[in-house]
Amino acid sequence: MSKIHGIGAQFDSARDLYLAAQKVRDAGFKRWDVYSPFPIHGMDAAMGLKGSRVSFFSLCGGITGALSAFVLVYYTSAINYHLVVQGKPYFAFEPTFPVFFELTILLTAFFTVGSMLAMNLLPRLNHPVFNWEKFSRVTDDGFFLVIESSDPLFSEKETPALLGSLGGRNVEKIGD
Amino acid sequence: MARKPLVANSRSLGWITDHIAGMLEGRPALWWWVATILTGLIATLVPCELTYLVSTGVGIWGLNHPVGWAWDITNFVFWIGIGHAGTLISAILFLTRQKWRTSINRAAEAMTIFAVICAGIFPAFHVGRFWMVWFLAPVPNSYAIWPNFKSPLLWDVFAVSTYFTVSLIFWYIGLVPDLATIRDRATGKFRKMIYGIFALGWRGSNRHWRHYEKAYLILAGISTPLVLSVHSVVSFDFATSIVPGWHTTIFPPYFVAGAIFGGFAMVLTLMIPARAIFKLEDLITIKHIDNMAKIILMTGSIVGYAYLMELFIAWYSANPNEGWAFFHNRIADPFIFGPLMKCEPAPYWWAYWSMMFCNVIAPQLFWFKYLRTHVWWVLLIVQAPNIGMWFERFVIIVTSIHRDYLPSSWGYFTPTRNDVLLFVGTIGLFVFLFLLFLRFLPAITMFEVKAVLPESDPHYVGGDDKEGH
Repeated sequence: MSKIHGIGAQFDSARDLYLAAQKVRDAGFKRWDVYSPFPIHGMDAAMGLKGSRVSFFSLCGGITGALSAFVLVYYTSAINYHLVVQGKPYFAFEPTFPVFFELTILLTAFFTVGSMLAMNLLPRLNHPVFNWEKFSRVTDDGFFLVIESSDPLFSEKETPALLGSLGGRNVEKIGD
Repeated sequence: MARKPLVANSRSLGWITDHIAGMLEGRPALWWWVATILTGLIATLVPCELTYLVSTGVGIWGLNHPVGWAWDITNFVFWIGIGHAGTLISAILFLTRQKWRTSINRAAEAMTIFAVICAGIFPAFHVGRFWMVWFLAPVPNSYAIWPNFKSPLLWDVFAVSTYFTVSLIFWYIGLVPDLATIRDRATGKFRKMIYGIFALGWRGSNRHWRHYEKAYLILAGISTPLVLSVHSVVSFDFATSIVPGWHTTIFPPYFVAGAIFGGFAMVLTLMIPARAIFKLEDLITIKHIDNMAKIILMTGSIVGYAYLMELFIAWYSANPNEGWAFFHNRIADPFIFGPLMKCEPAPYWWAYWSMMFCNVIAPQLFWFKYLRTHVWWVLLIVQAPNIGMWFERFVIIVTSIHRDYLPSSWGYFTPTRNDVLLFVGTIGLFVFLFLLFLRFLPAITMFEVKAVLPESDPHYVGGDDKEGH
C-alpha cells in the first residue's frame, strides 16, 4: 500500500460543499479540509471549527505598541534629553497621543499578520494537495474536500464511497 | 424594489477569473505601452528635480520670507488626502458591510500606496539638507539628541509611515489569494515562480480562510481609526500653530472629510477610463459609480459646510486677525465681495474662489441622478474636486502666511518652474505606477467579488435548507 496524503473530492457549488462538510464533521473526521476560491459563509461552523485566535495576538500587538510609545517618549523626553520646548512639561500625555496611537496601530497590524501567517503555517510553497491535477481549479471556481489518510477514521475503501455519496465528483487518491 | 445585482449579467465564477486575470495575460495593448512610456518619462522629472534640489538648495523653489511653505506642503497634503479614499473603501466600507466595495477596493488601495509614495517625497526633501532627514527617526546617535516629540511635524513622521506600512500590508494580504489564482493560471515557469512566491503557497484551505478573515477584519478595524488619525495629525501641522487661518479646531474633521472627498474623485478619475478600456462594466456597475458619486456629494457637502462655518466663526469671534485672514486675505475679490466690504482685493482671491467653485458648487451637481449615472458626466464633474482640493491646501497654506500679523513682513509667492515640474513629475509617477499595477497585478479582488455573488452563499437556495444554521 503506497503512502497517500488522502482522498479528495470535487463539488459543484459552495452550497454542495457546505452540506458535505457538515456530514463529514458529523461523521467524526478530524484531519480533513475544505478548499474554495473564496471564504464560504458559515463553513467554519460546518467544519466544527472554533473561532480564530488571531485577535488575541492583535491585542498583544496593540498593548506592546502602546507601551512602547510611552516608553519611547518618556525615556527620550523626560529622562535622557531634556529638550526645553516653550517651557512645556518634559512629558505630557497630550503631545504623546499621536505617537502612541500610531505605534499601537502599527504593532497591531504586524502582530495580526504575523500570527495569521504563523497559524496558517504560511509561506509553504509545496503541499501534497498540489499533486492533484484537478486541484488547480481551487483558485478559480473549484470546490474541494480532502480527508487525510492520517485521520483515525480514514479507510482507503470506505472514505471514497462516503465522499461519493455526499455528492463528490472526481473522487481521487492524492499522492504524498 | 429589487436591489440591483453587484455583478451584472449573472456572470459565473469562471467568467470573473478569466476576465480579471485576462487583464494581465497575453501581450499588453498598444495604448498601455504608449501611456506607460509617456507617464514614465514624465515621472523622470522627479529624480531630476530632486537631484537639482538637493545639489543646489531649496532656493530653486519660489519660497521666501514670509511664505516658507507653498507647493511643497500643498502637494504633500494633496497626495496624502487622495490616499485616504482607498483606505476608506477597503476598511470603512468593509466594516459597514457595503458589498459593492469588492470590485473597487484593490485598485483604490493601490492608488493609496502610490499616492503616499508621491506624498512622502515632499516632507523628506523640503527640509533642504536631505542628508539630515534621518534625524527624524528616534534612533540613538552620536550627537546624543532625540527628536522633539511635542512637534506635529514629528507626529507626521509616525502617522505617515504607519499609514504607508499598514496600507501596504493590508493591500498585500488582500492580494495573496488572487496571486494564487494568477500562479495557477501561469504557463511560463518564471511567471509561476514569481507569483507563486508572493502567493505564499496559498491553497484556499478553509482552515486558512478562517484566520485570514479574522486578520482581514482586524486590519480593516485598525485602518479605520488610522485613516481618521493620519489626516488629523497632518492637519495638526497647521492647527497647532498660531497663524490666523491655521489655528482652528475645525481642521481635523475638515481635513479628513476633504481627503475622502478628493480621494474618491481620484478613484473615479482612474476607474472610469479603466472600466471602459478593460470592459469591466459588469463588475464596476453603474450602481458602484452612483454610490461613489453619492459619497462625493456627502463629503463635498461636509467640506462646504466647514468652509461656511470657518467664515462664520471668523466673523462671530470678532478677532481682528481671524477676520483679516478670511475676509481680506481670501474672500475679497475685485468684483463682488471686495467692493461690498470696501477693501482691496485679496492677492490670492482667484485661488480661493476656484476652491469654492470646485469644492462647494460643483459636487452639488451630484444631486441629479442623471449626472451620477452617466459615467462621462461623472468623470468630468470629479475633475472639479481634484483641482479644488489642491487649491484648498494652497489657499490654507499660502494665503494665511503671506499676509499675517505684521504688515512689514508681508510678501507674495510665485511658483518657479521647479515647483511646477516636481509636482507634474509626481502626477506622472502616480499614473505610471498605476499603469504598472494594472498590468502586473489583478486590479479587482477576484475572491471578494466571487464571495458576494448570490450563489456563493450556502443558504442561497432558500426554503430548501433543512440543515438550519
